[in-house]
This record gives sequence, structure tokens and C-alpha cells, in this order.
Amino acid sequence: MRFAYYPGCSLHSTAVEFDISTRAVAPLLGIELVEIPNWVCCGASPTHQRDSILSYALAVANFNKAELVNEQIGVQCASCYNNLRRALFELHHSDEIKKKVEKVAGLDFGNNVQVFHLLDVFRNQIGLEAIKEKVTHPLKGLNVAAYYGCLLTRPPEAVAFDDPEWPTSMDDILQTCGATMVDWPYKTECCGASLALSRTDVVQKLSHDILKMAKTHGADCIAVACPLCHSNLDLRQKSIEKKFAENLELPIFYYTQLMGLAFGLSGKELGLDKLIVNPWKLLEEKGIGSKKS
Amino acid sequence: MKWIIKDLSQQNHFRQKIEALSQENLSLCYQCGECSAGCPIISFMDVSPNQIIRMIQLGREEEVLTARTPWLCASCITCTTRCPKEVDLAKVMDAVRQYAAIKKIAVPERETTLLQKLFMKNIKSFGRQFELLLISKFNLLSGHFFKDVLLGPVMLRKGKLKLLPTFTDNLKQLKQIFARAEAEEKIEETTGKQ
Repeated sequence: MRFAYYPGCSLHSTAVEFDISTRAVAPLLGIELVEIPNWVCCGASPTHQRDSILSYALAVANFNKAELVNEQIGVQCASCYNNLRRALFELHHSDEIKKKVEKVAGLDFGNNVQVFHLLDVFRNQIGLEAIKEKVTHPLKGLNVAAYYGCLLTRPPEAVAFDDPEWPTSMDDILQTCGATMVDWPYKTECCGASLALSRTDVVQKLSHDILKMAKTHGADCIAVACPLCHSNLDLRQKSIEKKFAENLELPIFYYTQLMGLAFGLSGKELGLDKLIVNPWKLLEEKGIGSKKS
Repeated sequence: MKWIIKDLSQQNHFRQKIEALSQENLSLCYQCGECSAGCPIISFMDVSPNQIIRMIQLGREEEVLTARTPWLCASCITCTTRCPKEVDLAKVMDAVRQYAAIKKIAVPERETTLLQKLFMKNIKSFGRQFELLLISKFNLLSGHFFKDVLLGPVMLRKGKLKLLPTFTDNLKQLKQIFARAEAEEKIEETTGKQ
């Protein structure tokens, strides 16, 4: 199975461990990821908040580049995924918008492009059976809260491969990897993502509520599929603990890092050293994983 | 708050503009409040999301543009997903922000618009985001010089911040895309006034 891989800006910087673990896990499941040469930023929230047509035009520029590799595009960043999928939806549903976008982009939109989140690919194309076959080191005793955030499942008609209010794909995969999935109500709450720099106070409050809810429901750690969720919960966790005078100490993993551990990959191969909240105390306690192969 | 409903021509203009930018029909909203009930940011807002729709319906341009709400919306799309009348409120909030930007109206929550400008400028200059420049410029121009200053070294040590930008091979094409987007916006703005 071959995909034109669109990592997006975060996976080349703040979420480099998401990229590392994706590239480590995908080939084990028979997925070939070919990075789209010279892809450009999807524009993220700031661009569509300023000019929707420009945001769709950036998507068309990327679709044109992707087509040289493959018409099926694989994305991991939830924000990039959301932007590319919404652009596709608008281009397919309105000729007026398509005309405007093509004019601004100076490019034609190829109708055959498809955009997938790799969580969807793992869950629904590869399937749980194939994943189970690869599990050599089950995540036994690890209580994981799967956190999907906003952009992976909303708006449902444009992006969803899972239920918009109660998604289960990440739960299914990690359960297959041997983890115990925590039943908790904040799976799709918002962490405040796009306000991280401009209104950090808002993000701290929302992220605090998510961390606290996971902890209250018995989670040892949280699994995510979005670099923005990750940096708000992981990078800002210390300042949140300080602000709310609480001891949370919840390691935040990308779901591919947990898959990799179950497949017997080492911490180094999965970029675990890049996490800010140190996961090793928890992993050693549970007898999961090793730092080096 | 004292509300005076302005004459029809004026209320139509603002509402029509927002409806055109968002491609949404605001008459569908019957003020059930589901959008506000599920909004994760509402405790920080000065006007609730359903009130924003009502204000637009009534042509209350000034109230909408001086409210913090449209600029605090995190675009989480919960309201859109849950609206029983399928009004895409997240898109309406985008449209309000776009309207203010096109008209060059000074808005509350200036830091959100500052970040937006810097973010988009980076895309135009490099093709991709360059976080170090984005954060430094934002701190410098917003006056919060030491904001998140302790996070920087941690991220650099972990190799999570690039020291230099990556340039893509199509910067000329990107500049043209940005220029055409700006030109199109101007044409629509002037033709819309006639």
C-alpha cells in the first residue's frame, strides 16, 4: 500500500517524534510512505480564518505535487488532515468555489486525489487482525486514555472516518496492542490549539481540564493523533501543574509510539526521548519497552 | 444592553456580506443555543455564539465587531457538528474575522490577528512554517518578551525547533497565489459595494 506522505510543518519540527514513529511503524504494516517533494504548509487555522479561498488554493498546490507521487495522500497531523479534507469537500461540492480556487491557485484541481488520516488507514484498511499479528510486546497493564481532539472527526461530512462525538479507532488499535483503554468523557474536547500563543491562559484551562479528566478516570497516560494537542498537553503540562497547583505527571504519547512499543521497537526508534514529560518511569514500572534496541 | 434595530438596507449589507463569505443561510438559526452549550471557550467569551448569530441577523455590525467572541473561537467545529439546523457557525465566525480583515477594522484580541499575520507571512516567505521566527516575532511585537521563554531551550535541546527555515522550491508560485488571493478579495469588495 503506497501513500503520498504529507507530514506538514509540525512533523518536521515540534512533533518530530510523530514523524519518526510513523516512519518506523508504517513499513511493518506494509505501508510505503513517499514524502511529497516540496510540499507547502496547509495554512492551518490562521489562513482559513483570514481567507478560505487562499486556504483551499494552498491545498490544490499540494494536491498537484502529490499527484506526481500518488493520488492517495496519507496525513498524520490532524490539522493538516482537516484542512486538506475540507478543501477537497468544498472543491467537490461547489463549482463556484472550485473556479475561484483554481484561479487563485493558478492550477487545475485533479478530481482523483484522496486524503486519508493514517489512523483511518491503520484501523480500516490494514485492520486489527494484521495489527495483532505484529504485536510482540503487548502493552500489558498500561491504562491509556485515547484523546482525539477536534479536527480529526469534525466537521463529520467533510473529514470523518469515525464517530464525531464518540470515536473509537484509536481505542481499537491500542487495545489490540494490549493496552487497557480508559472510558472517559473528554475524547473530543478541544485543547484550544490555535490559541496556544495568543491566549495561552485559555489553552492552559482547557488542557488542564483534559489532563485532569483523564487522570480522574484512571489513565496512566494519554495517546494523541495531533501535534497541537500534543504540545498543549505535553509541553505545557509543567506550567499547567504550576498554575493549578496540581500533580498530573501524565506522559503524552503519539499513538504510533505506543503501537511501535507493542511491535517491539525501542524508545530511540520511536523518538520517545523527544517527549517532554518523561515516559520511562511509567514504562519501567509496567515493564514495557527499552530505551535502545 | 440597549438594542436598536437599524434600517433594513444597512442590516442587509452586513448580513449579506457574512452570508456570502460563509456561504451559510443565517435565517435557519432559531436560537436554540446548542452551539453555546457545547462551546469549550464560552467561559472566556463576552457574547455567546448564538447571540453573535442573532446580532448578524439584526445587522448589528458594530456589536459583532467589538465583541471578543469571534476572535476567541478556536475553530474546534463542535457547534457546527451539533447544530440541529446545520448552520456552520465555525464558518460564520471565520466570515466575521474575514470581514473585519478585508475592511481593515481594528478588532479586540489583537494578538490573535497579529499571530495570524506572522503565520501567513512565514508561509509566503518560506513555503513552510518556521516556528522559531514566528514565536520570536510574536513576542517582540506583542510586547510579551519573555512569554514561554523557558520552553524555547527545552525544545531546542530536544531538537523540536529548527534553527533555520526550510525553503520550498516554489516560492515564486506561492507569492503569486497570495497576490492573486489579495487581488480577488479587492475585486469582490469593490463589486459588492455597487
